[in-house]
Amino acid sequence: MESCPSIKNILLLDSEGNRVAVKYYSDEWPNNSVKEAFEKSLFSKTQKTNARTEAEIAMFESHIIVYKFVQDLHFFVTGAENENELILVTVLQGFFDAVGLLLRGTVDKKEALENLDLILLCLDEIVDGGIILETDANVIAGKVASHSIDAAAPLSEQTISQALATAREHLARSLLK
Amino acid sequence: MAQPLVKKDDDRDDEADYSPFLGIEKGAVLQEARVFNDPQLDPRRCSQVITKLLYLLNQGETFTKVEATEVFFAVTKLFQSKDIGLRRMVYVMIKELSPSADEVIIVTSSLMKDMTSKTDMYRANAIRVLCRITDGTLLTQIERYLKQAIVDKNPVVASAALVSGIHLLQTNPEIVKRWSNEVQEAVQSRAALVQFHALALLHQIRQNDRLAVNKLVSSLTKGSVRSPLAQCLLIRYTSQVIRESANNNQAGDRPFYDFLEGCLRHKAEMVIFEAARAITELNGVTSRELTPAITVLQLFLSSSKPVLRFAAVRTLNKVAMTHPMAVTNCNIDMESLITDQNRSIATLAITTLLKTGNESSVDRLMKQITNFMSDIADEFKIVVVEAIRSLCLKFPLKHRSLMNFLSNILREEGGFEYKKAIVDSIVILIRDIPEAKESGLLHLCEFIEDCEFTYLSTQILHFLGIEGPKTSDPSKYIRYIYNRVHLENATVRAGAVSTLAKFGAMVDTLKPRVFVLLRRCLFDNDDEVRDRATLYLNTLGGDGAVVETGEDVKEFLFGSLDIPLVNLENSLKNYEPSEEAFDINSVPKEVKTQPLAEKKAPGKKPTGLGAPPAGPPSTVDAYEKLLSSIPEFANFGKLFKSSAPVELTEAETEYAVNVVKHIFDGHVVFQYNCTNTIPEQLLENVTVIVDASEAEEFAEVASKPLRSLPYDSPGQTFVAFEKPEGVPAIGKFSNMLRFIVKEVDPSTGEAEDDGVEDEYQLEELEVVAADYMLKVGVSNFRNAWETMDADCERVDEYGLGPRESLAEAVNAVINLLGMQPCEGTEVVPNNSRSHTCLLSGVYIGNVKVLVRLQFGLDGPKDVAMKLAVRSEDEAVSDAIHEIVASG
Repeated sequence: MESCPSIKNILLLDSEGNRVAVKYYSDEWPNNSVKEAFEKSLFSKTQKTNARTEAEIAMFESHIIVYKFVQDLHFFVTGAENENELILVTVLQGFFDAVGLLLRGTVDKKEALENLDLILLCLDEIVDGGIILETDANVIAGKVASHSIDAAAPLSEQTISQALATAREHLARSLLK
Repeated sequence: MAQPLVKKDDDRDDEADYSPFLGIEKGAVLQEARVFNDPQLDPRRCSQVITKLLYLLNQGETFTKVEATEVFFAVTKLFQSKDIGLRRMVYVMIKELSPSADEVIIVTSSLMKDMTSKTDMYRANAIRVLCRITDGTLLTQIERYLKQAIVDKNPVVASAALVSGIHLLQTNPEIVKRWSNEVQEAVQSRAALVQFHALALLHQIRQNDRLAVNKLVSSLTKGSVRSPLAQCLLIRYTSQVIRESANNNQAGDRPFYDFLEGCLRHKAEMVIFEAARAITELNGVTSRELTPAITVLQLFLSSSKPVLRFAAVRTLNKVAMTHPMAVTNCNIDMESLITDQNRSIATLAITTLLKTGNESSVDRLMKQITNFMSDIADEFKIVVVEAIRSLCLKFPLKHRSLMNFLSNILREEGGFEYKKAIVDSIVILIRDIPEAKESGLLHLCEFIEDCEFTYLSTQILHFLGIEGPKTSDPSKYIRYIYNRVHLENATVRAGAVSTLAKFGAMVDTLKPRVFVLLRRCLFDNDDEVRDRATLYLNTLGGDGAVVETGEDVKEFLFGSLDIPLVNLENSLKNYEPSEEAFDINSVPKEVKTQPLAEKKAPGKKPTGLGAPPAGPPSTVDAYEKLLSSIPEFANFGKLFKSSAPVELTEAETEYAVNVVKHIFDGHVVFQYNCTNTIPEQLLENVTVIVDASEAEEFAEVASKPLRSLPYDSPGQTFVAFEKPEGVPAIGKFSNMLRFIVKEVDPSTGEAEDDGVEDEYQLEELEVVAADYMLKVGVSNFRNAWETMDADCERVDEYGLGPRESLAEAVNAVINLLGMQPCEGTEVVPNNSRSHTCLLSGVYIGNVKVLVRLQFGLDGPKDVAMKLAVRSEDEAVSDAIHEIVASG
C-alpha cells in the first residue's frame, strides 16, 4: 500500500481479441503464450459488456482491469488487486483520449494499424516501466505528435490526403485549446 | 509519418480484414532493415521499417540473438539522421531490444550527446533509454547529468530523470540515494507530475528511515500538493505513518486524521476515494472516524460511472466485514445496485447486503437474489453462496429459508466448483445448526439422485454414512443410497456400499435389511464393489440378525486415519516386500506444513468436505534411516520427532553449522550439520562440545565425531543425551565446535600432515516444549473435540500484554505450542478484534491434544487469551497450560 501506484499492462485489442498493440510492465506474464492466454480470456470475459459510453471495470485473475471500447477497438488497463480503481481509469482515459486525438477522431482498427507508430509512441509516453508518466491526453498527444509530421519533408512531397490531414490536425488542435 | 505503411489500394475498403501488415514476414522485414545502412538515409522509410519491426515484436515474434544484434547495430546508424520522428522510434526500438552490456557501449556516446542536447524531447527520452539499458559503472559517468535533469525546468525532462531514478533505486541504491537534495527540490516543483514522481522517489529513498518519512509527511500535509496523483501518494504515506505511530499514541486523537478527512473534500475523485479507503483501513478505526468516509462512498454508489460504483461498493464490502453497522446506512443504495449491468458490482452489493442485513430483511433479500442468480457467472455465484453460508451461521433461526435457497440453486445448472461450494455450505450448516440437519441431509440425498460429479457423490455418501444413522429415522436414507448401487459408476457404487455398511453397523434394527442389500452387491461386476461388500458382510457378522455391533467394528468403520496420506504413500513406496508385514504404526504422523502453497490461495480455507492438507514428502523417513544406521543410537527406539534445522552460526561465517533436534522417548540426539566454507582448510575430528549445565535433566551418553570435513561438502556430527522417559524435559545447551584444522594447498588440493587443534564458538541451542509436540491435523475439529473426554479439559485465561497485532499474538502462541492449526484458523482477518484458533497435535507418549484458543483485544494493543485444552490425559492438559504460562 505504501508503494507507488503501478500499471501492470496496457492492451489495445481488436474486436476479435487480436493484438493491435500491447505493452506489459510486470513480469507476472513470463512469456508470449501466457500473455496471449491472458488477453484471450480477458477479451471473452469483457466482450459482451457495454463499455462504449463509460469505462467499465472487472476483477480478473486477481487483477483490477478497467476497459473501454470504441468501434472495433478494445482498450484495457490492468493494475494490482488493491490498486485505486480511479487511478487506473485515469490512465485508461488518458490513453483512450490521446489515441482519439492522434487518429483525429477516426478511431478504429484500420486507422490504428496504419498509424501504429503513433500508438506505440503514445504507450511509451503514458507509462514507463509500470510508473505513470502522464495522464493528460492533450499532453500525451502533443508529445507524440510534435514530430509526427515529418518536418524535413517539403510540403510538395506530401500527398493530398496528408496535407489535408495536417490541416485537419491543426484545426482540431486550435479547437481543443 | 502519418502516412499508411503500405500503398493504398482502391478496392481495399471492400476487404473487411485489411491491415497494412497483412502478410508481413520476419525475414523480409529484417532484409528491409538494411536501409538503415544506406549512406543517404530516408527517414520516413526507416521509420516505417522500425514500425514493422516493433509490430512483429508486439505480436509476440522473437528475434534470435544474431538477428537482434544485427538489428541493433543497424539501428545505431540511425543516430546520424536529424529527423525527430525517426529518433523517437529509434529510442523505442532500443528499449525493446534490451541490448547486452557490450552492445550498450555502442550507443552510449550517442545517447549521452542527446542527453545534453538543447531539444527537450531528446533529453527526456535519452535519459529514459540510457537508464533502462545501463549498468552501474556507466551510471557514475552520467550521474552529474541526471542530477541536473531532476531539477530541469522542463517538466518532461525532470519526470524522465525522476522515474528513471525510481527504477535505478532497485539496482543501484547507493548512487540514487546521493540525489536526495535534487529530489527534495523537485518535490516543490510547480509541475504536477514532477511533484508526483519526486515524491515517489523521495519516499523510496527514505522508506527505511521512519523519522524522515514522518517529517516528509508532516511538512507536505501542511502545504499544498498540486497533483492528484501526488496527493494519493501522500495519503498512502500518511496512513503508513499513522500505522507505525499507533503504538506510541494510545490515547487521544489520531495524528493526521484531520488531513485524511480534509482530503475527502478534494476536487479530484481519485483523491477522495484514496482518502476514504485509507480511513476505512485504519487500525481499530472508530465509527466516528468512519462516518465521513462512508458518506462519500455512499455518494459514489449512485454515480453514473461504473468504476466509481465498483470502487465504492468494493470498499464498503470490506468495511462490512468488521463494521457491519457502519454500512447499514448505504443499504438502500446498495439494493438498487443488485440490478447493476456490471455483474461484479451487483455481486459485491449482494454480498455486502448479506453481511449487513438483519434477521428481518433476510427473506426479502433472498427473493431478490433468486432472480439475480440466474444471470451471473459461476464465479460470482460461488461468492454469493459463501456469503449466504455465513449469514445462515449468523442467523440460525433463518436456516429454513436459506437452506431452501441452497437446495434450489443446487438443482439448477452449474459447474463443479459452484456445486461443490453449495454442497460444502450445506455440510457446514448441517454440522453447526442441529435443527437444519434432517432437511439438509434430504437435500443432499435428492442432489445425488441426479449428480454428474463422481467426487461430490462419493463425498456426500461418506457424509451420509456418518450423519445419517444419528437421525431420528435413518431408514428413509437407505433408498437413496441403494439407488446409487444400481445407477452409478463403480466409484460411486463402492462408496454407497460403505455407507450402507455404516448404517448397518450403527442402527441395529436396520441390520437385517442392510444385509440383504449388501448380499446383492456381491454380484456387482466391479472388483472393488464386491470386495467391499464381502468385507462388510464379514465384519458386521451375526448373519444379519438384530444384534449389537462390536466396538472394534465401529472403530474400523468410523475411526479416522490419523496418518497423513502422503506419509502413508511414501512409506508404502519405500516398503520392500518381505516376510515382515507392513506396519502402519511405522508411518510418521508429522504433518509437514507448506506455507508457500497456502499463501498462494488466500481465503481458501479447507472447509466442509475438503480433505486435510497434503504435505510434501517428509524428511522424517530420511532422518530415521540415518539415525538407525548409527549403532550408538540404534537402541533408542522409535523416533518421535525431528525438528526443523536451527542455524547456530551467522550467515557467511567460516563454518556454517545448523542443528536438528531428534526427540526419542528417553533420549535426545542433536544432529549438527556442518559446512566448511574455507577452501584452504581441511577439518578433521570435528566434534561439538556441549555444555548442558543449564539443562539439568539431560545427561550426555554418546557422541559421534566427524572424521573429516573438506571444503564445501557438508558433514554431520552427533551428540546424544539421555533424559527421563516420556517427560518433556527442557533446557538450554551451549555449543563449541572443536576440530583439528589442516592447511590445504589450493593448487594441488593436498592437505598438510600437521594440524592444529582449534575451537569455534556456536550459538546456544534450546530444547523447548514444542519439540515434544507433533503437528497432527484432524479433519473435523468439532467432532474430535466432542469425542474427547470433557473431564480432561483445562481452561484458563492469560494476558499476553501489548502485542504488535492480533495475528502476531496468534502466531506466537502457535509457534510456542508447535501444534497444527486446523480449518485455516491460523489466518487472522484484517482489523478483527477477536479471533478463535483451533490447534491439534500429539504430545510425547502418543497423547492426542486439542486446543481451542480465543484471542481478544483488550484495550488498544493488549491481547487477552482464553486457552481451553482437551487431551487424553489430564496431566498433559496441565502440561500444555504450563507451557503457555511459562512461555
